[in-house]
Amino acid sequence: MGAVDDGKSTLIGRLLHDSHQLTEDQIQALEPKGVEAGPRRLNLSYATDGLRAERQQGITIDVAYRYATTEAARLVIADCPGHLVYTANMATGVSTAEVALVVVDVTRGLREQTRRHLALAILFGVRRVVVAVNKMDLVGWSEPAWRATVDQVEEVVRRLGGAAVTAVPVSALHGDNVVEFSREASWYRGVTVMGCLRPTPERVSSSGARLPVQLVVPGAQEEAWGAGLLSGGPIALGDPVVVLPKGQVSHVRGLSALGSQVSRALAGRSIQILLDDGVALHRGDMVSEVGRAAAVVVEADTTLCWFDRSPARPGRRFLIKHTTRFVEAVISAVEGRRDLTNMEVRPASEVGMNDIGLVRWEFETPLPLDSYRSNRTTGSFIAVDSRSGRTLGAAMVASSPAKLPGG
Amino acid sequence: MSALARRAVLDSERVTALEDDYLDGLESHAVFVIREVAAECARPVVLFSGGKDSTVVLRLVEKAFLPERVPFPVLHIDTGHNFEEVISYRDATVSRLGLRLLVETVQDAIARRVVEDPGPGRSRNQLQSRTLVDAIRRHWFDACLGGARRDEDKARAKERLMSVRGADGGWDPANQRPELWQLYVGRVAPGEHLRVFPLSDWTEIDVWRYIRREQLVLPSIYFAHRRAVVRRDGMWLAVSPWVVPRAGEQVQELSVRFRTVGDATTTGAVLSTASTVEEVIRELANSRISERGQTRADDQFSDAAMEDRKREGYF
Repeated sequence: MGAVDDGKSTLIGRLLHDSHQLTEDQIQALEPKGVEAGPRRLNLSYATDGLRAERQQGITIDVAYRYATTEAARLVIADCPGHLVYTANMATGVSTAEVALVVVDVTRGLREQTRRHLALAILFGVRRVVVAVNKMDLVGWSEPAWRATVDQVEEVVRRLGGAAVTAVPVSALHGDNVVEFSREASWYRGVTVMGCLRPTPERVSSSGARLPVQLVVPGAQEEAWGAGLLSGGPIALGDPVVVLPKGQVSHVRGLSALGSQVSRALAGRSIQILLDDGVALHRGDMVSEVGRAAAVVVEADTTLCWFDRSPARPGRRFLIKHTTRFVEAVISAVEGRRDLTNMEVRPASEVGMNDIGLVRWEFETPLPLDSYRSNRTTGSFIAVDSRSGRTLGAAMVASSPAKLPGG
Repeated sequence: MSALARRAVLDSERVTALEDDYLDGLESHAVFVIREVAAECARPVVLFSGGKDSTVVLRLVEKAFLPERVPFPVLHIDTGHNFEEVISYRDATVSRLGLRLLVETVQDAIARRVVEDPGPGRSRNQLQSRTLVDAIRRHWFDACLGGARRDEDKARAKERLMSVRGADGGWDPANQRPELWQLYVGRVAPGEHLRVFPLSDWTEIDVWRYIRREQLVLPSIYFAHRRAVVRRDGMWLAVSPWVVPRAGEQVQELSVRFRTVGDATTTGAVLSTASTVEEVIRELANSRISERGQTRADDQFSDAAMEDRKREGYF
């Protein structure tokens, strides 16, 4: 991520090219068309700017996903658009990211769009930020110029609540410090950009096990198994569980993982579960670990990233999707908007398109929620246009999430 | 066993365990997507061509509902320019799983004047789009599950997992829905439908590793065999009723296999001796040419060939 023209797509092209992820025909497609004089130079950004409009305008409009395998990791690279109007696409890319690779043009410093991206990345839960300080060749590989840019980034990250920052001086165009070390920056003793892209220790969802039920599948004896994707922690046969929001307590009587019986299942796996005591499951139920269950609430404070032209205002009603359940909700208060130039929260009465606001919601029916920090899946929801299914905004539940019913 | 050899074995076991874990993650996510479609869409259909990717999708669909049967019909858009082995494989698979197969042929679409016949021996890949969109409309399908992957092509790399299409089936890349976390929404406005790609994050080699792990059977043309081919447009095309050698083209019998399966007039073979899944995986690990680049003439017309076809409703 990063601002327009700071060189995001070129950097990704360089990463893929120098780490030998591109095949011969893909490299050939990067060669300039027509008779151009001068040394052969590849249009590296073409590796990801796949749309005609993107090539014509020389910008990235939508997220492109590229896949790379290194000795250290399997990488999914999401090349995110820089323009303000494409913030929704940027959020799409960052919502599932573990590491934010931010490109900053050293000759221009940190721009508003980059601040916005950093803010989004950190609010969306990225724990590591890798800053590629680009176009270092244009400032003669000046260490003070690099340092000034890094200071700006660190300042923003600090104001946002922090994340680990690694900064690398690079020239994406020439390939310095991207995959191969540079001979230019003799003062730099750190790693290359590729060297930073190692697996992060598994993102800790500290919530405890949660299984939002997607479907009910009948078993051999017509018993009702709940099927879903497990998050937040492992689950095992015999574990005491509670079905939310109703609150029925039971035990895990049966577990299967796509056809085979298992005694234990890990977070991130699609499983089926059968409960004791004839407790029936339905789509939208959340099977939750007893003792560390999600809070069942009718109100919640959230950070809201808004995409729709029509602003989010108090009193507006929406359909929201939380895990596998749709409920009606209303915005009960807008408590502020984050000013992305200095990262401060300012009072505001609405959250406009591409804004990030602090918003309190009231739900028509009680919802089992976690804080976003403890579980990305159960601590987030989206507002949806009930007619078209379009996504209007994305909400992340605050750390001290909410109020209990009546409390 | 020497200490070094023992360590090499341990290393390869560790790599296998990591790969297995990675495949588990891809599989679980794909199944999650399929189950969301089943829960939120009224009339889903699985597009099944008999190719390796749609075979994997079908396996995932099967696993998502075990021990129940697959609750969706499957649809094949048939260009009429087929490899016989693929059609018999398609029919055997469908009957083994007890699925309802719908076949929509480009020939019928030509007869009904939905599309125009490009003439004998010309590719019908482009006509598939109109035929598909027409079938979606007539059957009222609101979600089509297919095996397209983001690593296939630059335009595909921009796809959402659940991609909304208008009544004409067209893809508007500048106006895609935001798709956050794993909150996929199956709702669409009247007249729209979804294209759903559970294999979005899979690469070609992931597909083959999954085929190995699940011991899936594939059409024989995916493995090395001797076949009469001609060199045309930089590709090895199989001689068939639709690919007739032209003057100056020399028919050769070579050991080949197919990396993709599509319209016989535009799908090229690759020279290969890989006759098992294991050998194919080894071959791919060393390949220096992409799947589409090596085997699809229709993507080589321009930089944006795939984008244009997707705008017309191509899968």
